[in-house]
Amino acid sequence: MSFNFTVSPSFPAERISDWYIFNTWLQRSLSIPIHLELHDGFDAQRAAIEAGQVDLIHANPFDASLLVREKGFRAIARPDGAPDEMVIVSAQGHPALAIDDLPPGTRIACANDPCVNTIGRILLEPANLGADNTVEQQRGTYIQVAKDVLRGQADVGFLPVGAYRGLSSLVRRELKVLVTSDIQVIHHVFLLGRDLHARADDFVRILLSMHETEKGQDLLSALGATRWQAVEQEDVEFMIDIISTLTQ
Amino acid sequence: MLDMPPPPNAGGAIEHRLDYADGNRRRVFVTHIETPYPKGRLIVSRTDTRGIITQCNQSFVDMSGYERGELIGQPHCLLRHPDMPSVAFRDLWETVQAGRQWHGYVKNLRKDGGHYWVFATVVPNIRDGRIVGYTSVRREPSRERVAQAEASYKEWIRS
Ligand SMILES: Cc1cc2nc3c(=O)[nH]c(=O)nc-3n(C[C@H](O)[C@H](O)[C@H](O)COP(=O)(O)O)c2cc1C
Repeated sequence: MSFNFTVSPSFPAERISDWYIFNTWLQRSLSIPIHLELHDGFDAQRAAIEAGQVDLIHANPFDASLLVREKGFRAIARPDGAPDEMVIVSAQGHPALAIDDLPPGTRIACANDPCVNTIGRILLEPANLGADNTVEQQRGTYIQVAKDVLRGQADVGFLPVGAYRGLSSLVRRELKVLVTSDIQVIHHVFLLGRDLHARADDFVRILLSMHETEKGQDLLSALGATRWQAVEQEDVEFMIDIISTLTQ
Repeated sequence: MLDMPPPPNAGGAIEHRLDYADGNRRRVFVTHIETPYPKGRLIVSRTDTRGIITQCNQSFVDMSGYERGELIGQPHCLLRHPDMPSVAFRDLWETVQAGRQWHGYVKNLRKDGGHYWVFATVVPNIRDGRIVGYTSVRREPSRERVAQAEASYKEWIRS
């Protein structure tokens, strides 16, 4: 039997092959069969979770909430480096200079990443903007979000910081950042389902020493980190308590 | 909890006496100076089951005007502003002790007698079915909502 591994679909498309290489490395290091299944969007991934088809996952913070609280998953590690932050952008020529300048009726372009969208919504609250007085336009990719904003089809766009930095400098020059989140406490975590709890120590050992080999370092940097850090279950429970305050 | 020392430029500061739910009292000096909410941030703190601060993030420290060491181990009512009606906090405690989330607009007192407004959510930290403490996460409120809360709180304090 092989175990099913997946990654929350918030990573940039260019990293897909790196996750396959990571999976090969994981299987070799642990001598267990692991199948990587990258789901096409958040809905498909949620369906796989509900169907019990996920045994290990590199999860965004919102998926981690569901998996730990309701599905018995255990957090074992997280990549070091910057936590998951997002930006709200508008076109250079847009009259708003700050969030407070945005009027009711503001059009928002966003993708369907629940983390980014939840934080983006919170950062619009100071302007008294909510679901009832804004128009949301969901797009398939962050490039499309940026394009909507540049073409004046949306007033603002929600982008993860990583996706914003990944835009070409030409595009970035045409955008202005109205606010950058500085949440600090929310990040991706690596989780194991119940069937793998018995192997948790092995996973922790190989992940925490991954940066010690050159190959491991290369892979980590492709995934945007320099090493894995241990996480205590309580750290993740605390993060989940914080997330629960953001999602109602 | 120690009384607040009178600020050096006491001219604009008004002295108040706070009566806490546990019978303690504290003298504070209050100014009209509001510190703007830090853009893009969340202000996070955590308490034990009695409301003693056990953990907080840097935004919490910065906004309070205290040093981290002056906050950890203190009761959360260190931040209580005299313009806040005690009934709001009674509701907070009843709600979270019953295992539910509480939200509300809160005016907090800084060490220097100034204040800052937040929209706060408090959740019980439930582990193995037991409440082991509470976490509060605050975000930036809109000025309209602050104005409404301010008006209601004045009304509640008067009645
Ligand atoms: C997690 C948590 C966070 C709290 N945060 C605040 C706060 O920021 N400001 C505040 O005045 N009271 C806060 N309180 C409520 C205080 O414990 C206290 O009830 C309040 O200051 C009023 O004091 P009193 O209950 O002694 O009258 C918090 C309580 C909890 C459990």
